[in-house]
Amino acid sequence: MNDRHVIETAGLWKRYDDVEALRGLDLQVPSGSIFGFLGRNGAGKTTTIKVVLGMSRPNRGEARVFGQSPFNSDTGVAVRRRTAFVSDEKDLYDYMTVGEIVAFTRSFYPRWRGDLEQQYLRQFDLTPSRGIKGLSRGMRTKLAMLLALSRGAELLLLDEPTSGLDPSMAEEMLQALVGHVAAEGSTVFFSSHQLAEVEQIADHVAIIDRGQTIVAGALDDLRAQYRRIQLVFEGNAPDVKVHAPGTHRVRRQGRVLTVLSSSGGDGVIEELRGYRPSSFEVSPVSLKDIFLESVRTED
Amino acid sequence: MLLKPNPSSGVPIYLQLMEQVKHAIETGALRPGEQLPSIRPLAEELVVNPNTVAKAYRELEHDGVIELRQGAGAFVSDKAPTKKDADKLRAAQATVAGAIEKLRERGVTDEEIRRLVEAELSGVYKSGGPSSAKASEGKSR
Repeated sequence: MNDRHVIETAGLWKRYDDVEALRGLDLQVPSGSIFGFLGRNGAGKTTTIKVVLGMSRPNRGEARVFGQSPFNSDTGVAVRRRTAFVSDEKDLYDYMTVGEIVAFTRSFYPRWRGDLEQQYLRQFDLTPSRGIKGLSRGMRTKLAMLLALSRGAELLLLDEPTSGLDPSMAEEMLQALVGHVAAEGSTVFFSSHQLAEVEQIADHVAIIDRGQTIVAGALDDLRAQYRRIQLVFEGNAPDVKVHAPGTHRVRRQGRVLTVLSSSGGDGVIEELRGYRPSSFEVSPVSLKDIFLESVRTED
Repeated sequence: MLLKPNPSSGVPIYLQLMEQVKHAIETGALRPGEQLPSIRPLAEELVVNPNTVAKAYRELEHDGVIELRQGAGAFVSDKAPTKKDADKLRAAQATVAGAIEKLRERGVTDEEIRRLVEAELSGVYKSGGPSSAKASEGKSR
């Protein structure tokens, strides 16, 4: 465990009744990164966030946030003071006005940033006298983000920050996030189903499936390492088992053999050279492709 | 001046930004000595990770295209080869045009040409070419 990582978990297991939500989850979130946390519904994303916040204790394994345990009563308070969380539900008190909830929230946090509060009220076009009950989904999200960003927190945990937003509103949220990170140097850990937006602003990602991390790393490294290799044969593609390291998925369709590799294309091509393909092509792979090829789709 | 990169192309965003800056210098949109936008406004304008912008600038500095001056920002290097590069590019464009013309004559479609070119280039980012060399060898069989 070291300070380069704001969040670090090792071998987290969490069981609810007869469901194993986490099955040995490892996670390392570098300080100052925008970290995209991906997985299908039920993969364990929300459970992981709860563990990081100290709201849910794992059955096994370790979690450290800022190098400290979120479960110890002393260090847990310190961890939560440095961490701001926006839930998927964007929980807000409906009976308050925008101004009231800002003042209410401000009173809990000694490190509250009045300058950021004013900046985001303007930037998000939030009127203090407006009642929360009447706010649109987009305005609720903006308000929840304002409350999180103004806390002066070093770590922002955002559970699907753009869900339910139209594209221009989503872009506005991403813009506020990258601006905030550039100015404040905070670490952002966000879950999302929008792979394009993760590719756009994240520099690190993890894809989890059934409680385990299956792909993790710097996005640029993944882009450099993942390749799709398509080989065409004169007759039917040979029914081969590909052993080259990093081979993820092999598909045969008629004369075509398609291989997804996480270690470039050279190893696969070298291995299959003996089958004498009539041609082959190596192409880059998007995060969406990596996601779809990595998570198991059968239920 | 810079356009929003395509995050889903599989090409790292910092490389796309580097290409854009180089292109802007080649076309004269950016001239030696001129200042580039600082990291925060550019990250906000393009809605990309500020670390990615910083990485692109560091790599451009390493390539001698820009200079990072402590506290002052990023500037197009006086040594950034501009006109020469533009000439080189024009010559290269003529080569590409000739090659494409030949392929079309042989009945290769534009879509196929595009895929061939992308396949050739795709190995380059990782290792500087062995897979592209093999790919062309493979195709010629």
